[in-house]
Amino acid sequence: MAKVVFSNAMMIATGGAREAVFAVANFRELTQILIEHWPGLEELIEQSAVAVDGQIYQDAFAEPLAPETEVFFMPRIEGG
Amino acid sequence: MAEALDYKQIGTTPVRPDGFDKVTGRAQFGADVNLPNMLHGKVLRSPHAHARIKSVDVSGALAMPGVYAAISGADFPGGRLEGEAGGEGGGSMNDVAKNVMARNKVLYHGHAVAAVAASTVRLAEQALQAIKVEYEVLEPVLDVVEAMDPQAILVNEDNYTALPEKPEKPSNIANVGRLERGNLEEGFMAADVVIEREFTCPMAHQGYIEPHACVASIDERGRGTVWCSTQGHFEHRAATSKMLGKNMADLKFVATEIGGGFGGKTVVYLEPLATMMSEKSGRPVKMTMSREEVFRATGPSSATVARVKVGVRKDGTITAAQSWIAFEAGAFAGAPYMPGAMSIYAPYAIENFLVETFDVLVNKPKVAAYRAPGAPQAMHAFECALDEAAQLLNMDPIDLRMVNAADEGTQAPYGPKYPPIGFKACLQAAKKHPNYLKPVPDGAGRGVAVGFWFNVGMQSSAEVNINENGSVMIIEGSPDIGGSRASMCLMAAETLGIEYDDVRAQVGDTESTGFCNVTGGSRTTFATGMAVTQACEAVIADCKRRAAMTWGLDEDQVEWEDGQAVPGPGVNADVKPLSLAELARKAGKTGGPITARASLNAQGAGAAFSVNFGDLRVDRETGKVDVLSFTAIQDAGRAIHPAYVEGQMQGGAVQGIGWALNEEYIFDDNGVLENAGFLDYRIPVASDLPMIDTEIVEVPNPSHPFGVRGVGEAPIVAPLAVCANAVSRSLDMRITDLPMSPPRLLDAIEG
Repeated sequence: MAKVVFSNAMMIATGGAREAVFAVANFRELTQILIEHWPGLEELIEQSAVAVDGQIYQDAFAEPLAPETEVFFMPRIEGG
Repeated sequence: MAEALDYKQIGTTPVRPDGFDKVTGRAQFGADVNLPNMLHGKVLRSPHAHARIKSVDVSGALAMPGVYAAISGADFPGGRLEGEAGGEGGGSMNDVAKNVMARNKVLYHGHAVAAVAASTVRLAEQALQAIKVEYEVLEPVLDVVEAMDPQAILVNEDNYTALPEKPEKPSNIANVGRLERGNLEEGFMAADVVIEREFTCPMAHQGYIEPHACVASIDERGRGTVWCSTQGHFEHRAATSKMLGKNMADLKFVATEIGGGFGGKTVVYLEPLATMMSEKSGRPVKMTMSREEVFRATGPSSATVARVKVGVRKDGTITAAQSWIAFEAGAFAGAPYMPGAMSIYAPYAIENFLVETFDVLVNKPKVAAYRAPGAPQAMHAFECALDEAAQLLNMDPIDLRMVNAADEGTQAPYGPKYPPIGFKACLQAAKKHPNYLKPVPDGAGRGVAVGFWFNVGMQSSAEVNINENGSVMIIEGSPDIGGSRASMCLMAAETLGIEYDDVRAQVGDTESTGFCNVTGGSRTTFATGMAVTQACEAVIADCKRRAAMTWGLDEDQVEWEDGQAVPGPGVNADVKPLSLAELARKAGKTGGPITARASLNAQGAGAAFSVNFGDLRVDRETGKVDVLSFTAIQDAGRAIHPAYVEGQMQGGAVQGIGWALNEEYIFDDNGVLENAGFLDYRIPVASDLPMIDTEIVEVPNPSHPFGVRGVGEAPIVAPLAVCANAVSRSLDMRITDLPMSPPRLLDAIEG
C-alpha cells in the first residue's frame, strides 16, 4: 500500500483530504487511481514533482512503488 | 559507489579546458560572432512604465537607406501560445512573447516596442528615432504591498489569481503559495521568546558581466542558425521557434562562451527579434544589449516584503514559525514564490509552521531566476529572526540551529523525508572552524546564517567518442558556466580509468547532440555528469565485448581495470591486457568506431545545505560596512573539481554580500530605473572583500554514481542574513531592510 500525501494546492481538488492509501505497484497506476477518485487532480499531477520515499522525481512516470512507500506531491523546482 | 580514496581523477584540480582561451581573449562570446553582410539590430524601448500602445508606425524607419527590417508587436503571429518557458519562474510562453515585444500595453520602462536592423549600429539607432509610437500613459504600480490591495490599479486587466475557483475580479496577485503543518497557536504558546518582524529585500541584478548578445542568420527558406549567449540553447530554440511560429527543426542554436548568467540567461530577449529581422532582410542580424538595456529590460531577482514570526523555547527549540512573503514578479507572473515558501524552513525540523507567499505583478522588468531563486529573500528573513532569538536566549547561533537541524529522515517542510543530507555536518564544521574560534574583532559583529537549495536533475544527453588513439571526445549540451567541461572530463576519465589529459569536452549545438535542459538549478555536474558517466559505462561494455572477441572469450569473462580490458578472476587466458588505445586502434576489426551515448531524465538530486559566518564592522560616521572575514561551508556531496566548487561558494558569497550591503534597483516615482549601470549599481569589487574562506563538506548523494550534489545555488542564500546579523550585532540594533547601504545605516544609527 502506497501512502500518498497531497500538496496544499491538491487538497482543494481532493476535498480537503491530505493523505490517502492505495494498493498500487507503480506510479502510473497510482496516478490513474488518483484521477479516478479526484478528476481535478489530473492537471495538478502533471504540473507536480513527486518524492518517493524522499527521492525527488521531477517527471515520475512508471517508477515502481514498494509496499509502505510514501509518495509526496510537491511543486516543481528548477532554479537559476 | 567507490570510496573517495579510490578516486584517481575525481577530487583533482586541473585547469579548465576553456581557461586558456578565456584569459588570452580567443574565446568567442555572444558579441564576438561576426558574419559577412551582417546587419545590426536595435530595440526601441518604452519611455513609460505603464501605458497603452495606441499605434506603432515603423514605416519611417523602413524608408531610410541602409535599414533592412523594422518590426513591432504586430509582426508576431497572433493567438495564445501554450506551454511554459524554462528556468525558475520562466513564466508562460505567452507572457515571454509579450515580454520580448510589447503588444497592446507596455508594462515597464524599457519594455521593447519595436526593433530595426540596419547596416551599422549608428544607423540602426537613428532609425529608432524615425519610429512613431502613440501611448496613452497610465499610472504605474510600483509598490508590492500596495499592488496587492483589491483596489489597486491593475498591471494586467486579464490577470486573475490562480485559485481553484476563478475569482470574480482580476488582481495583481498572480499566484499564492501556502505550506503548513501542526498547530501555530499551540506552538507559539509553548515558546519562551517570540520574535516578530518585517524584512525587505530589494530587486537585485545577477551581475553577469557579458550583456545579452546574439547573431541570427536565416535563409530564404526560413532556416538558419542563431549564435547566442545562453544558459540553455535548446530551450532558447524552443522559445524562439514557438513565438515565431516556426518548426524548431528549422533553427540551429549554438551556445557561445558565456560571460556569466546566474539564472539571468535562461530567458530569451533578443533571439526572436534577430531571427525575425534576419528572415525579413535576408541577411544576418547581430543584436547586443548595452549595459543600460540589460538593467532596464532583463530580469533581476524579486524584491520582497517578508513578515516573520518565530517562537523559540529556552533550550533553542523552534516551537512555531509563521511567515508571509510578497514577491515582486515584475510585469508578468512568475516570481519564485513557491521555492521561497519551500526553502524558508527547509533546514529545520519544525512541528508547527505556516508560510504564505504571493506572486505579485508590478510595473517593473519581469524578474528572472537568480541563483537559488526565492531562497535568499525568504531565508534572510527567517535566519535574521532566529539570530535575534539566539541573542535573547544568550545562545550560540550555531547551537540554536543544531537543536533544530534537519537530518536524514526528517520530514522536510515541503513534504518528503530527507535522504542523507549534510546540514548537521556543516554546522559541526562551522562550530570548530578556526575562524569561528577566533574572538570577534573589536567593534565588529559576527553573523551566522544557513542556506539551502533543493537542486534538480532534469534532462541531459551526452555522447562519448573514442578517437583512433584512445583519447576521448565528449559532446554534451549544457552550456559551461562554471567549469563543467572540466568536471565532465574528470568523471569520464575516472569512469574509463584513463588520464584527464586524454579527455576533451565540447558543448554541442542543437543539431550535434541530444536535448539538454538549461544549465541551472545546480544540475549540470549532477545530471549531465550522470549522462557522461553512463555513456562511458556503455563504452566500457563495448570495449569488454571487443576484447572478448579478440581473445575468444565470453563477454562475462572480461573485466575493465585501470583503463584496460583484462581477463576476469579465474579465467585461464594467456593474453595481454588491452588498453583503450589498443582497442581503439583495432576498432575497425571489431565493429568500427567506439562510441556511446546516454540520455536521461536525472532523478534523485541531493539537497545542498550551507553554513556561513562573517565578521563585519560598521563605520558609525559614514555608515560604510567593512567585511573583515567571511567563511562559507557547504555540503557538495562529492566535489568533482574542488577548486571550482570553492569558486562557486566564493562567487555566491560575494553576490550575497553585495545584495546585502549595496545592490538595489532604485526606481523613481514614474517607474524609471535610476541606477542602470555598474557605476551606480554597486556590486562588490575585490578591494571591498577579504578572502572568502571555504570548507567543503562531503556527505555523498546516494543517487549519483560519484555522490554529487549541486553546488551552484546554495552559496548565495546565507550571506544576506550573515551580513544583516553581523551588522545588527555590531550596532546593537536590528537592521531589517536590505541593502545595508551607508545612507540607510546612517539613518538607522541616527535614529
